[in-house]
Amino acid sequence: MQVSDPGGVYLYSKKVIEEFSNPSNVGSIENADGVGEIGSTVDGDIINISIKVRDNVLEDVKFKTFGCVVAISTSSMVTKLSKGKTIDEVLELKNEDVIEALEGLPEGKDRCSGFALDALKMAIEDYKQKNK
Amino acid sequence: MDHSATTPVDPLVLDSMLPYFSELFGNPSSLHSFGNEASEALSLARRQVAEIIGALPEEIIFTSGGTESDNLAIRGVIPHDSGKKHVITSAVEHPAVLNTCAFLEKVGHDVTYVPVDSNGVVDLEYLEKSIRDDTIVISVMHANNEVGTIQPLKEIAQIAKKHGICFHTDAVQSVGKIPVNVDDLGVDLLSISSHKIYGPKGVGALYVRKGTMIEPIVFGGNHEKGIRSGTENVPGIIGLGKAMVLAQERLEPDSEKMRQMRDSLIKRILESVDDVRLNGHPTQRLPNNVNFSFKYVEGESMLMLLDMKGIGVSTGSACSSRSQKSSNVLSSLGIEDEYIHGSLRISLGRENSMEEIDYVVKSLKETVSKLREMSPLAGK
Ligand SMILES: Cc1ncc(COP(=O)(O)O)c(C=O)c1O
Repeated sequence: MQVSDPGGVYLYSKKVIEEFSNPSNVGSIENADGVGEIGSTVDGDIINISIKVRDNVLEDVKFKTFGCVVAISTSSMVTKLSKGKTIDEVLELKNEDVIEALEGLPEGKDRCSGFALDALKMAIEDYKQKNK
Repeated sequence: MDHSATTPVDPLVLDSMLPYFSELFGNPSSLHSFGNEASEALSLARRQVAEIIGALPEEIIFTSGGTESDNLAIRGVIPHDSGKKHVITSAVEHPAVLNTCAFLEKVGHDVTYVPVDSNGVVDLEYLEKSIRDDTIVISVMHANNEVGTIQPLKEIAQIAKKHGICFHTDAVQSVGKIPVNVDDLGVDLLSISSHKIYGPKGVGALYVRKGTMIEPIVFGGNHEKGIRSGTENVPGIIGLGKAMVLAQERLEPDSEKMRQMRDSLIKRILESVDDVRLNGHPTQRLPNNVNFSFKYVEGESMLMLLDMKGIGVSTGSACSSRSQKSSNVLSSLGIEDEYIHGSLRISLGRENSMEEIDYVVKSLKETVSKLREMSPLAGK
C-alpha cells in the first residue's frame, strides 16, 4: 500500500491532502435535526453526518468518519460545500462537484467518494421524515 | 521504517558493483579475458552466498529475485510429464508463492493451503495430515513479510523427510535478520532476494540441494547449469554476494539492536494506547518486524499522517474505495473486522535508532488519537 510514488510525490492532489490532514467540521451535532450514516466495519468505511437546519438552510453540518484518505477528505469537503446552503441547493450537489472541489481523485480511488454525499442526503432525508 | 518492502543499497555494495558496469563489462560466458574476470567474480559471489547459508557453491542458482526463485522452486520440482501432482503450502505465503500455486491449480494440479493459528504459525498436524501419495513439494516461508512470524521449519523438514517430499522455503525476509542455514533448517530449496538485505533490486538466488530433481522454467543458452538461462546480471549478482557478506558480518549486532528497538516500540505502544493489538507471534518473530492493529481507525489514513511526519510504514488494510483487497495474511490470522482495517506494519532497518523509535511512538500516538477523534466508532 502506497500513498506516494517512489520519488516521494503524493498520489493525491494537494487539496485532498489538505482536507485530509486539516479537516473542517469534525464532530457530531448534539440534538441534530437529521443524521445520516453509511458503511460498516466490514467494508472499512463508516461516514456519519449530522445537520442542523433552520429556515430550510443547513445552518451546521458535521461529520465523523472511519475510513481512508478519500473517505475523510470527501466528508470534510461535503460539509464545507453544504454548510449555509438551502436543502434544495444541497440536493442538487453531485459527486462530481465534490471531486472537482478536491481537484480530482486518483484513478481507482474514486469509488467510495460518493459515500459522504450519500450520508449527507440521508441526513436530509432523516430531517424531512422528522418534520413531515 | 518500511524495510520489509525494500532497503537502500549499501554504499559498500554499490562500490563492489560499479566496476562491473564499466571496466569489467565482460560476459561470463565469453572465453576472452574480459569474460574471465566476470566469470571469476560470479564464482566469488556464488561462494559467498553458498558459504553464508551453509551450502555448496554448485547448489546456488542466481535468478532475477525472490519472485523468480519461488516460481522456479515450486514449478521446477514438478516434472513436466508427471501428470497431476499435489503441492502443500501455507495460507500466509507471499503472492510469489500463492500465485504460482494458483497457476498450478489452473493447469490441473492440487494445492493444499495449510491454515495458521492466531499468531500466524502453520498448523503442523494439518500439514502432515494433508500429505498424499502424489504430494511432490511442501513450500512454507521462513518468516512472514507482513506479521514477521517465524515458522517452525525444522519440524516441517522432519515431516517432509519422513514422507520423502521435497521442502522449499521462501527465506526472503529472514536472510540477514536471523541465522539461515540450509542444513539446520533441513530444506531442499531456499529463496533469497537481494533488495531486502541492502543489495540491488532484480537479483536473487535459489538454493537447490544436491540431488534435488529440478527442471528449468526459463530456457535458453544453458546458463546456471541449464536451470536458469540468460546472461547473468553480473553487477547485480556481485552486489548480492557483497550484501550477503555484510549481512552475515552484521547479523548479531544488527539483529540485537533491532530487537531492542522492536521490543521497546511494542511495549510502549501496547502500554500507552487503548484498543490496540500486536499481530503475529509475540516472540517467534523477525527482530525488525512490528505489526499493530488499532481499533476505530483505518490503515491508509494512519499511513498518510505518518508519511507527512516523515515516517514511511505500510498497511495490509484496504478500504472499500480501492480495488485492492485487505491482506489475506491478516484474515488468515482470524483478526476481527474491527481490527483488520487498522493494521500498520513497521519494519526496522540497521540504520534506525532508538531516538527514531521515540519519535515513532510519539507520532503514532498522535496519529491514532487524531483519527479516533474523527471516528464515529471510537467512544461509542
Ligand atoms: C516473503 C517474500 N517473498 C518474495 C518476495 C519477492 O521478492 P522480489 O521482490 O525480489 O521478487 C518478497 C518481497 O516482496 C517477500 O517479502
